[in-house]
Amino acid sequence: MSHPVLQVSHLVKKFGELTPVDGISFEIQQGEILGLLGANGAGKTTAINMILGIVTPTSGSIRVFDKDLARERIAILRRMNFCSTYTQLPGNLRVWQNLTVFGRIYRVPQLKKRIDEVLELLEIAHLKDRISGNLSAGESTRLNLCKALLNRPELLLLDEPTASLDPDIADKVRKVTKRIRDEDGTSILYTSHNMRDVDEVCDRVVFMHQGKVLFIGTAAEILNHFQEESLESLFIRVARGGEGKAV
Amino acid sequence: MTFSTIHALVLRNLYLYSRTPVRLVELVFWPLVDLLVWGYLTVFLQKHAGDSFPYQITFLIGAVILWDILFRAQQGVALYFLEDVWSRNLLNVFSAPVTNADYLAATYVIGFLRAAVTSLLLSVLAIALYSFNLFELNWSLIPFVFNLLLFGWSLGMISTALIVRWGPAAETLAWAVPFFIQPFAAVYYPIDALPAGVRWIAEIIPCAHVFEGMREGLKDGSVSWIDLGKATGLNVIYLLLAGMLFVRVMKTAREKGLLTKFVSQ
Repeated sequence: MSHPVLQVSHLVKKFGELTPVDGISFEIQQGEILGLLGANGAGKTTAINMILGIVTPTSGSIRVFDKDLARERIAILRRMNFCSTYTQLPGNLRVWQNLTVFGRIYRVPQLKKRIDEVLELLEIAHLKDRISGNLSAGESTRLNLCKALLNRPELLLLDEPTASLDPDIADKVRKVTKRIRDEDGTSILYTSHNMRDVDEVCDRVVFMHQGKVLFIGTAAEILNHFQEESLESLFIRVARGGEGKAV
Repeated sequence: MTFSTIHALVLRNLYLYSRTPVRLVELVFWPLVDLLVWGYLTVFLQKHAGDSFPYQITFLIGAVILWDILFRAQQGVALYFLEDVWSRNLLNVFSAPVTNADYLAATYVIGFLRAAVTSLLLSVLAIALYSFNLFELNWSLIPFVFNLLLFGWSLGMISTALIVRWGPAAETLAWAVPFFIQPFAAVYYPIDALPAGVRWIAEIIPCAHVFEGMREGLKDGSVSWIDLGKATGLNVIYLLLAGMLFVRVMKTAREKGLLTKFVSQ
């Protein structure tokens, strides 16, 4: 039996009195897109930062590719990648220079060819020689995605990839996300506030609130469990303090 | 430690400098101002002192050049981190397969390159403008300069560790840390010129022994092995302590989520 690509078990993070992540557990199987859904302060970004090794958990464990992240962080990170709307690539460098730097860090073979491939995939090949800082928000997000796809990651973490994008570009990003899962079998952890993203892209959803997991399942299972008509109305209900029992 | 990772991290900074020539101003402009001010002060003193002019004063020009080696090496390490903060690239780097050793090694290389560019330029200008030739020290220049680089790297690691620990508000430490020690570093005057009560501070600063040793060397061409030995021994201790501090602070940063705070600024 194959192991999950990512196993998060009883993960807790405390910052003094604050507990942004409070005992969450979930798994991602190979080729699965798992949504991490929750209002601001639900603990999504802290959870992602722990999976990236940027924040150390207070307790619990994270296993990626059946390896302990705490012990084999660098070996694991080589096979992962990450894209967040809150980070940027250095704005003074040209697009190809940024991708060359990260391609070398991730030891991407045939780097020039791969850079051309990801730029084509995200439809920004014409921007290859442009200064990264002069790109629009949509172009910049797609450049971040190019960086995240360079090493053909087996596990990809996308932190609100469609935030601040217009509907057309957001749609392209969703399509690319599904395409790389379908073509490369990439497992994806996808956080978003955008219910359309979650509905359209994710196979299952982890619904978080105040650091805890309320429910894990498909969108239909979640709606059925909470007796709501849409994820959006459920999101609003939970965010405004409506009941929700952690699993 | 991986060569390809270090190469990539160095490349990132080289691209940065080739893309934005205005950054070269920082490498050239301030050191040049220092050289002109101290150089013409030396010329003025020389004219008024006549034959009794002590050679140590000529060394003011050398001191400007050598202090800049230390300062640029320190800046190479500290500013590398800040460049990632300013460009909101920090999480991309620290979520990539980059070890502390890779990161530090890349900053050392950048520090070395910065120091090399500035010191070569200033050395040539010092010969042209003031007939002061730092290369009169011949081969003994190498171990002394190497010691300045080592101490610059240590100060760079300490600066970065303090910035990580105290957050973006502490950015100014990247420039301030070398100047905390400068009054005791015997850059422009010998250790003996300091009040007796604070000479012990100079004794435990590696670069103070470098400057003492180089003053001796320029005076009579001899190599002060004692000063060189003291500087090297102290540098080994400082490098170890600074490295341990950096690793410890990065561990604390991961525990307290400090790296993510740079992103939310």
